[in-house]
Amino acid sequence: MATIDLTACRMRDALRARNLSAVEAAGACLEAIDRLNPGIRAFLSTDAQGARRRAEEIDKRLDAGEDVGLLAGVPVAVKDNMCTDDGQPTSCASRILENWRAPYNAHVVERLLEEGAVIVGKTNMDEFAMGSSTENSGFEATRNPWDLDRVPGGSSGGSAAAVSARMVPMALGSDTGGSIRQPAALCGVVGLKPTYGRVSRYGLVAFASSLDQIGPFGRTVEDAALLLQATAGHDPRDSTSVPEADQPVPDYLAALDEPVAPLRIGVPKEFFGEGLDAEVEKIVRDALAVYAGLGAELVNIDLPHSTDYAIATYYIVATSEASSNLARYDGVHYGHRSSDHADMIDMYMRSREEGFGDEVKRRIMLGTYALSAGYYDAYYKKALQVRRLIRQDFDRAFEKVDCIMGPTSPTAAFRQGEKTDDPLTMYLSDVYTASCNLAAIAGVSIPCGFTEAGLPVGLQILSGVFTEERLLRIARMYERETDWPSRAPPVCGEAP
Amino acid sequence: MALSKDEVLKVGALSRIRLTDDEVERFAGQLSSILDYVDKLNELDTSGVEPLAHALPLHNVLREDEPRPGLDPQKAVGGAPESAGGFFRVPRVIDDGSSA
Amino acid sequence: MSGAEPIPTIGMEVHLHLATHTKMFCACAVEYDAPPNSRVCPVCLGMPGVLPVMNRKAVELAIRMALALNGTIPDFAKWDRKHYYYPDLPKNYQISEYDQPLGVGGYLDVPLDGETFRVGITRVHLEEDAGKLMHPEDGACSVVDLNRTGTPLLEVVSEPDIHSAEQARAYGETLRQLAVYLAVGDCNMQLGQMRFEPNISLQIGTDEKGRPRFTPISEIKNLNSFRSVERAVAFEIARHRQEYEDDPDGYTLERLGKSTRGWLDDREETFLQRSKEEANDYRYFPEPDLVPVVPDRKWVDTIRAGLPELPEHRRRRFIKEYGLPQYDAGVLTADREVADFYEEYVRSAANTDAKTAANWMMQDVMRILNERKVAIAEIRIGPGDVAEVSDMVVTGTINRSTGSDVFAKMLESGKSAAEIVEEENLAQTSDESELKAVVDRVIAENPGPAEDFRGGKERALGRLIGQAMRATGGKANPKVVREILVRKLRG
Repeated sequence: MATIDLTACRMRDALRARNLSAVEAAGACLEAIDRLNPGIRAFLSTDAQGARRRAEEIDKRLDAGEDVGLLAGVPVAVKDNMCTDDGQPTSCASRILENWRAPYNAHVVERLLEEGAVIVGKTNMDEFAMGSSTENSGFEATRNPWDLDRVPGGSSGGSAAAVSARMVPMALGSDTGGSIRQPAALCGVVGLKPTYGRVSRYGLVAFASSLDQIGPFGRTVEDAALLLQATAGHDPRDSTSVPEADQPVPDYLAALDEPVAPLRIGVPKEFFGEGLDAEVEKIVRDALAVYAGLGAELVNIDLPHSTDYAIATYYIVATSEASSNLARYDGVHYGHRSSDHADMIDMYMRSREEGFGDEVKRRIMLGTYALSAGYYDAYYKKALQVRRLIRQDFDRAFEKVDCIMGPTSPTAAFRQGEKTDDPLTMYLSDVYTASCNLAAIAGVSIPCGFTEAGLPVGLQILSGVFTEERLLRIARMYERETDWPSRAPPVCGEAP
Repeated sequence: MALSKDEVLKVGALSRIRLTDDEVERFAGQLSSILDYVDKLNELDTSGVEPLAHALPLHNVLREDEPRPGLDPQKAVGGAPESAGGFFRVPRVIDDGSSA
Repeated sequence: MSGAEPIPTIGMEVHLHLATHTKMFCACAVEYDAPPNSRVCPVCLGMPGVLPVMNRKAVELAIRMALALNGTIPDFAKWDRKHYYYPDLPKNYQISEYDQPLGVGGYLDVPLDGETFRVGITRVHLEEDAGKLMHPEDGACSVVDLNRTGTPLLEVVSEPDIHSAEQARAYGETLRQLAVYLAVGDCNMQLGQMRFEPNISLQIGTDEKGRPRFTPISEIKNLNSFRSVERAVAFEIARHRQEYEDDPDGYTLERLGKSTRGWLDDREETFLQRSKEEANDYRYFPEPDLVPVVPDRKWVDTIRAGLPELPEHRRRRFIKEYGLPQYDAGVLTADREVADFYEEYVRSAANTDAKTAANWMMQDVMRILNERKVAIAEIRIGPGDVAEVSDMVVTGTINRSTGSDVFAKMLESGKSAAEIVEEENLAQTSDESELKAVVDRVIAENPGPAEDFRGGKERALGRLIGQAMRATGGKANPKVVREILVRKLRG
């Protein structure tokens, strides 16, 4: 088996056994990136030299018998909205931060380095994580490895595509309304959004602070568990990061293969309503049948506020927070400044005009409007009230069931350009994922089959706050019964 | 809820984003249709529902008052589009008391 | 002017820097004379990806101040973002407490001209300060220093209970004294650690429905001295009167609302900055990066227990307990450490009464502090030492002016009063036979004053006593000298 075909966990085993060197692992990934990235464009930047240097150092330490950490020598990619103090850009795929170099590392980047990972590059995304197709990148659109004419989903499309095309065994993404789970589904990989507060946001460039959460991509549930293990935990620099005493980080790998039994699965009728592609629905229902075959009980439940209302709520809460978070990009202290300006205010307005893409402008304006005098109660406050109703829907549901399942996305990967002119249609790509962020609960998307056209479909599993350990076990139950992770996109087959 | 072009311009100014005439036209249409969609929320009776601003029940997250070194001044202004003598430089501002 | 005499109606917003070592939301040091942008980090620079974490000390100082102002600490306080674009505000929003602050209600009793007036406190809340925007002489650009960015700032908002420029000044001074007393802030005006924003309106009679009628509110921004507070408020009161006289129907709060004005210190006048129409739309919303503050009872009680006796209470107690005049009590309680020193002094003195001790404090101890510009903790003698020397005067061992000299020598040498008196042979002489000889000589050498006194000019006696004191090197007991003189000259 070629090195790049190894999952992260198997690569880790080989590295520990010294059957594989960190330099070889990094080299294999960098070679795959050289070969595949020009077509897929998953990476905005790579650091071949830095990665090799670091791999050499890790090899030395491994050879010396040191405990180098959970991820010793495993290559990993990081979404370009996580700060890295390594001289590489942290651009959020935005022109406004095109030449910005962060002077500090994000908490997750520190954690990756402490656990011995080798960061090979930064992945493409929708600008400031605003989008569902990675077409809103300020630089270039990422392609879906399963069909280069189609989108990889977004906003973490670069990370999803990189893992899917086996350029790296695993990657970090961020999820504000589905930005990990939806591209994971569209690219046929595992993507997990942890409970809000599980992973520190320090150094994650904010889109919507009360919704953003960093999470792992892997080809298998086990790989996602490994990367979550490495990044989860309290960070005193993030006030919304949960203290260890309240929620200790469990061992996500220890009992991963133990089935959850009895298992009651909530199936909300709202997740199977209008707008769901028939082929996707069939594939997802087949997956539910697999669980039923394993002895799980399928329970029909109601989540009355968790689709259309959730999208409406999401687009007020997220854009309001975004309008505030993105106010700092003004050309004064860092980032792009327009060269042509009459005065201070004109400099702000031109720098932001030139630096931001259309979708970012739309969302900033929508959020500004929702918070402005006279509209706050009608929009922002109303949205926060509905947010509570959404949370209550889930609280009630989790009294009856262990998890909730449905499709991650209403369709498989759509064509490049198909939805770019119609923001609202694009927003509905998140119709099944946004409620999870609003309720702050955990969710994962796992591959559950392919359409006739050979496009992957994702099964979304949601579970209550800080139940990732059980959620991963539930996901693993299905994965063991199937063989989806072994399938590689055709584009990978061209390997020498 | 339809947004007029004037309102779009006003929101643009409040957001400090310069807009071309084309953009004003386009954004007026797109933002209006999004706001129409959002109006769904008015179907829900939320009287008496406490807004959910903080997702987790955390409070009193405090740090001790102990200084730590910050950034080297060169690094602090190093990423600025314009700096001089350790200061960030901006176009001349007429002090209108906007500062807090 | 039609109808009733206008009543100035003034509320005040006061900002003060809290006495913390670090900033509100990051661990950067609070320093006032550091090179530009040298006390900054990604957090206070508002860089992408950073998050704020609350400074415990700042929160506790805010609660302390709110308690001292007789306010209530709510069970729940939260942070909000206030948005406006300005180059000294790197995030383009300020983190502040908008509708659920740390302190609600309360009052401050303010002494003025021997009486006190009470000013209601609306709220006390925390926020972060902005940086400094400067405009170099060359004119081409402005420059920004962010060292001050994120400094913890306490805002105290008063009710409109202030009714004159003098009261506005006195309120500011009393609030400053309280904050310094509590060690809540250093309130160094030169360093910009305290800033005032009075809101001024005149109430002029009532309208046809009997409701009070007001002139528009003008808020004067960023005053940084008591003098400018007093002058700016006086200027505005006069300006409002004039505007109202010129246009009684138009110059009303209903029509014109609230405007923001600046103060030109050199020209001693205010100028319009922003009218009602240009009012900012701050787009407040709850700060999602910070969690709420829930001051539980135990925490608040601990802070309350740490409160010292407050200056106004102490001032009144000094009058009552020590029988001090208003003036003395005010002077001695203005500084907490001076007041502590005084009380310890009174306790340790065997013979000096409280009023005499107050005189020693003001004439000797505080004079030295003023001359040397030092704090009372920085001088090398304590309350017991002052008691020793003043007791020696009261019991007649030395005279009063020798006492002052001894006090000065104690400061220099660190020796005790007894040692100095002993070493320098300063103990006063009350021996009649010794002093009679001196008095005889003085009368002989000063026939003029002696004659004057005999002729009924009582004041001449003082000169003769002075001569006798000089002749004995200040050691003569002036009382005894006086008795002998009178006896001789009248006898």
